[in-house]
Amino acid sequence: MSKRVLQRLTEVFGAAVIETHSQHGDDTAVVVPSRWKEIAAFLRDDEKCAMNHFIDLTAVDYLNRREPRFEVVLHVRSIEKLHRLRLKARLGEPATIDTLSGIWAGADWFERECFDMFGVEFVGHPDLRRILMYPEFVGSPLRKDYAAQHTQPLVEYRPEAVGKLPPFDEHEGMPFGRQTHDRVEPRVNALGFSDE
Amino acid sequence: MEPLDIELDDGELELPNEPMQVNMGPAHPAMHGTVRMVVDLSGETITKVDVQIGYLHRGFEKMCERGTWTQVFPYVDRLNYASPMLNNVGFSLAVEKMLGVSVPERCQHYRVVLGELARICDHMVCSGAMAMELGAFTPFLWFAKARELIWDVFEEETGARVTHSFGRVGGMAQEPTANFKSMVRAAVPAVLALIADGEKLLLANRIFLDRVENVGVMSKERAIALGWTGVVLRSTGVPYDVRKVHPYLTYDRYDFDVPVGTSGDNFDRFMCRQEEIRQSARIIEQALEQMADEGSVNIDDPRIVLPPKEDVYSTIEGTIQHFKIIMEGIKVPAGECYSYTEAGNGELGFYIVSDGSGTPYRIRIRPPCFATMQGVEEMIVGGMLPDVVPTFGSVNMIGGECDH
Amino acid sequence: MTASQTYVFDGSEQGFATTRFEDLLNWAQKYSLFQYPFVTACCAMEFMALASPRFDMARFGAEAPRFSPRQADLLWVVGTISQRQAPILKTVYDQMADPKYVLAFGTCASCGGFYDNYTTLAGIDKVIPVDVYVPGCPPRPESVIDGLLLLQDKIQRGDRTPGIVKPRTDPRVVASQLATGHSTDVAHAQLVELRTSKP
Ligand code: SF4
Repeated sequence: MSKRVLQRLTEVFGAAVIETHSQHGDDTAVVVPSRWKEIAAFLRDDEKCAMNHFIDLTAVDYLNRREPRFEVVLHVRSIEKLHRLRLKARLGEPATIDTLSGIWAGADWFERECFDMFGVEFVGHPDLRRILMYPEFVGSPLRKDYAAQHTQPLVEYRPEAVGKLPPFDEHEGMPFGRQTHDRVEPRVNALGFSDE
Repeated sequence: MEPLDIELDDGELELPNEPMQVNMGPAHPAMHGTVRMVVDLSGETITKVDVQIGYLHRGFEKMCERGTWTQVFPYVDRLNYASPMLNNVGFSLAVEKMLGVSVPERCQHYRVVLGELARICDHMVCSGAMAMELGAFTPFLWFAKARELIWDVFEEETGARVTHSFGRVGGMAQEPTANFKSMVRAAVPAVLALIADGEKLLLANRIFLDRVENVGVMSKERAIALGWTGVVLRSTGVPYDVRKVHPYLTYDRYDFDVPVGTSGDNFDRFMCRQEEIRQSARIIEQALEQMADEGSVNIDDPRIVLPPKEDVYSTIEGTIQHFKIIMEGIKVPAGECYSYTEAGNGELGFYIVSDGSGTPYRIRIRPPCFATMQGVEEMIVGGMLPDVVPTFGSVNMIGGECDH
Repeated sequence: MTASQTYVFDGSEQGFATTRFEDLLNWAQKYSLFQYPFVTACCAMEFMALASPRFDMARFGAEAPRFSPRQADLLWVVGTISQRQAPILKTVYDQMADPKYVLAFGTCASCGGFYDNYTTLAGIDKVIPVDVYVPGCPPRPESVIDGLLLLQDKIQRGDRTPGIVKPRTDPRVVASQLATGHSTDVAHAQLVELRTSKP
């Protein structure tokens, strides 16, 4: 059904649509980041598309796998026409892209989350600050080069609590996880705590 | 009771006041421990609010990238912990979509029944907690009692009361127990009776009605643009229910209605939830009717489903198969997909990227109440400070899901 | 009150008992715990169940929640504490008046659970001292009640070393398994015996 949306998109925007596919029935278009906002506005306003229902916005980090590194992924659907579309844009570093918060009000928090987790900058966003992490946090945790165990505590730990406290013994509980995340340089947060 | 409604409009009764800033939460009892609202007040009217979430951010998406696909199930359980089974079902469907398989019909009905039971729990928790925050403790106790009845069924089926981790890619962890149907058939009417009792207390209560009617109103257009889904969207009058609009599992074979509201206020949200409980009960009945008593709940594919335990210990094929799935994980073909189901709060989506290995490359959850929470600001600005509590209660913010 | 320290004299008109003043105080304290529920995550579901009719925490004199830390003497930490939440937890704890007790409800509060990552505090004992740990994800209400009784016991004894709720085996189950005489059951019973016997 939404094949027609893909067709229409390629008709209107031509070379700005880099590639399209419909893997697993999800229609996808990859577009050039410079026309991101324009295409989004078209999707919402065009009668044939009428994508008024905002669903999701996120990013994926393809570190060392693909160039450019980031992919911003948007999902929208149409309440009346019931079709869906996934729109993607590929970004290198530093990752910046236009905000969509003026087009769908819902994009506001999702962009903040994306900024928080991946450090993607949304140009023109009215209130771009961290949403899930605290302001003192340094780095973007969902980037593949952020070590999963790297914490940045806000309060000082009790001096006796360096290891396990009784009644637990030192060997209770163990680290797990199969995918090794390369450890990065220990970072220091605003209060001067570092991981190491 | 008329004299209670004094007209305060002429302003002479109002005392002069200065703007004030109040911090609500995160340790505020009505904020579920995970939301902070910085409220600017003029008198008792809210002029500006900054809703801050993230106090329960547990790094769900990062944790998923560390294990096998099957090891994600315990984490999805703890997203919307009021209805873990719906998350289990949602995630299994997502991976199955990627693999291009679909589970046997018996399993589909089984998933529907368990899912709808979870939905009843979810709505009860929300309504009960909302009533409790408004001071009505008794309905909460009744809803909690009804929830125990459902949890008994869950415990019998899955072995756990809350966090079941019962879904599997390509089926379920266990077959339904022999008494499954009769247990559900016994529990559901008792639950409905308890709910009716609790509801009666609330709907005849003027305090409750005054605090929810025409409070926290949201318009249709804004709700759509904000990305609302689920009960909160339906309460504004948009009949969007994934189960009806894009049916998955066997939902297209049941006869059920989608309740919609008219004004999108707290009362509509409350009533939509209550009605959905009854619709869920209808679905459960039909699903039990159609569910076969015999047959496998797992698909027949040794690359995806674990062999029976006896085979693991007695045959070499079984051992190897078991070892491969546990140690390397299910190999999901490279690619991406977005799969969505109707969870307790609305459209629960999983956007999955696989690189072809046994470990997910990226799992993105689209939490329904994250989108809902950003609308809360609009709903409470211009209202009174006490209205924050019912409004926040009626959107059913679940920290684990909203904060990932 | 423990029997060894309390003497009740029968036969007199009024009837009276003697005990040590501290014992009396501890006894009064252990049955009137005012709790501050610091509820954040999934464990809240079981916490609700604990307060609701079937499990009914009120039986143990600990049902009255106080939403001001200054009026509470038992802090329930229910659910995952993130790094962002940790300063708040510490403030709440600091605001409570002595004597104060902390009960870590669930694996997350006890040690961080399976959220071993950038955002989660690996157990609340990193920032505040804990009296009783209740493991489980989420713990069953029965084991929480067990933890509460353990805490009351510790209050009575004036013992402030941290304790943990141990897994229990139903003696009737063991007995019935022994009766059937399967070898695995015997092994199981031996295990139970080992676990319960004194070192
Ligand atoms: S211990 Fe388990 S149930 Fe409790 S908060 Fe942690 S993850 Fe949730």
